[in-house]
Amino acid sequence: MWLAFFRNRTAIAGGVIAALIFLTAIFAPWIAPYDPLDQDPIFRLEPGNEEHWLGTDDFGRDVMSRLIWGSRISLVIGFASVLIGMIAGTALGMIAGYYRGRVETMIMRGIDVVMSFPDLILAVAITAALGATLVNLILTIGVVMIPGFARMAHSALLTMREREFVLAAQGLGARDRRILFKHIFPNIFGELLVAATLWVGVAIRLEANLAFIGLGVQPPTPTWGNMIREGVDVLINAPGISVYSGLCILITILAFNMLGDGVRDMIDPRLRGI
Amino acid sequence: MFQYAARRILISIPILLVVLTLVFVVVRVLPGDPAVAALGDQASKEAVDALRAKMGLNDPLWLQYLKFLGSLCQGDLGTSIISGFPVATQIASVVPYTLELTFFAVFLGYLFGIPLGISAAVHRNRLVDYFNRVFSLIGLSVPAFYLGILLILVFSVKLRLFPVVGGGEFWDLEDNLTHVALPALALGMMMTAYVTRMTRSSILDILREDYVRTAHSKGLSDRKILYKHVLRNALIPIVALGGLYVVVLIGSSVMVEIVFSRPGLGKLLVGAIKQRDYTTLQSVMVFYAFLVVACNLITELAYGLVDPRIKYN
Repeated sequence: MWLAFFRNRTAIAGGVIAALIFLTAIFAPWIAPYDPLDQDPIFRLEPGNEEHWLGTDDFGRDVMSRLIWGSRISLVIGFASVLIGMIAGTALGMIAGYYRGRVETMIMRGIDVVMSFPDLILAVAITAALGATLVNLILTIGVVMIPGFARMAHSALLTMREREFVLAAQGLGARDRRILFKHIFPNIFGELLVAATLWVGVAIRLEANLAFIGLGVQPPTPTWGNMIREGVDVLINAPGISVYSGLCILITILAFNMLGDGVRDMIDPRLRGI
Repeated sequence: MFQYAARRILISIPILLVVLTLVFVVVRVLPGDPAVAALGDQASKEAVDALRAKMGLNDPLWLQYLKFLGSLCQGDLGTSIISGFPVATQIASVVPYTLELTFFAVFLGYLFGIPLGISAAVHRNRLVDYFNRVFSLIGLSVPAFYLGILLILVFSVKLRLFPVVGGGEFWDLEDNLTHVALPALALGMMMTAYVTRMTRSSILDILREDYVRTAHSKGLSDRKILYKHVLRNALIPIVALGGLYVVVLIGSSVMVEIVFSRPGLGKLLVGAIKQRDYTTLQSVMVFYAFLVVACNLITELAYGLVDPRIKYN
């Protein structure tokens, strides 16, 4: 009994943290004590004090304000890219699973090709080719997210299409589009939503990875990944910059993982604790 | 089994061909003129033109593509336009470092993950289980490069136990191991967390099986049931999914290599992007794709070792 409690508590805790991060991102201009781009050469690499709670960076910019503003990039990229991946991937997977034959072969082999690169390698190559801007990063990470959703939608559809209610709808002469959207999609939506929640975390991590390599949204824009990279150069003197920014990334990913795991447990008790 | 392996390799060929095409296209789309990148901004127009001609950049794309495929088939990965060394030599000199790192990360993952997962499953819903779940949740959430930075801060900067950066002398065992310890830990954390979760859930699945109940009712000890009946069957998904996760580790090894300034494919890749060294870039990407395809193949063949019921035909 207390296990169910713990699980729900995990989901709730994850949801609350995610919501707080959301609010921080939305209200960043009002919460942040300083302008994140304001340089103050006199107070460089200050440790935390009363004026700058988390200290200042190499340019004398307030670390806390930069962390608060950085949440925007992470969340925008996390959500937008997963949305792209989910829409495109689900569409491809459903089309492949429903029509079978050559369409299926072409789509799923294409997915195999994309999957023969580790996520990060693919993202690094595409970002390097397109140039590191916010829109390109969203597109890149969105593309990287497609195969996962496509495979999921595909396999879900393969089991769905033999189910009685689909056969019945076909027997009644429903058109393909109606069957796909009215009968099949609602049944796999829950599964996709859980995956999407978990993959927001993956997308945020991917963005941080790219930023750390120098392929993120370009400085001086504050992003958590950028801040870790800048912090590494002054790691010995001011370890806080990297440590705090990384902590923000960790907490955000953790929140989405907790939320995703919890929601999955609620939807499908059979998968509990996997 | 060899027949099956051969057939799987044959099936991989068209996929690899498309992969090669994709790499070729992506690398051509990269902004900037590779010849200018090689010679620097100050180079005269004649010198750039001469180099472009020498590199074959003035050829039509289809000819470049055929040359690219042709030389790959002969095992020729081209010459780096920046360093002037053959790319194959460069890759060969760093691959041992990447493979070593990945191997130790996987090793640590199974070494810690399986016992942790077993203890969590056996003590389900108790404190051990609770801690295990929190641990694996954090382990799956923390980016490997961030963990790397934390490890550097604690073990190299504060405690001075390990060297901060570099890969050490590969064939000097002690030097090599002290250099790989922290990176492997940073990368192995994900694997440990993943294996813990998988082990726990697959054991819990097996515990529900009828034959486990039968074993209980014929009076076998819990220990014997766990090791003889449950664990053996639980190993199948652990090996299968673990093998697939190795691909994720290969990707993350890039980040770990950069944090620790460790020689390896990842550093080669990022360096090539920064210098617009497109021959190196395309070859490293091709090599990564080969690694992934090889990993998937090995995983599939490994099923047969842990599950004799699987027949390859």
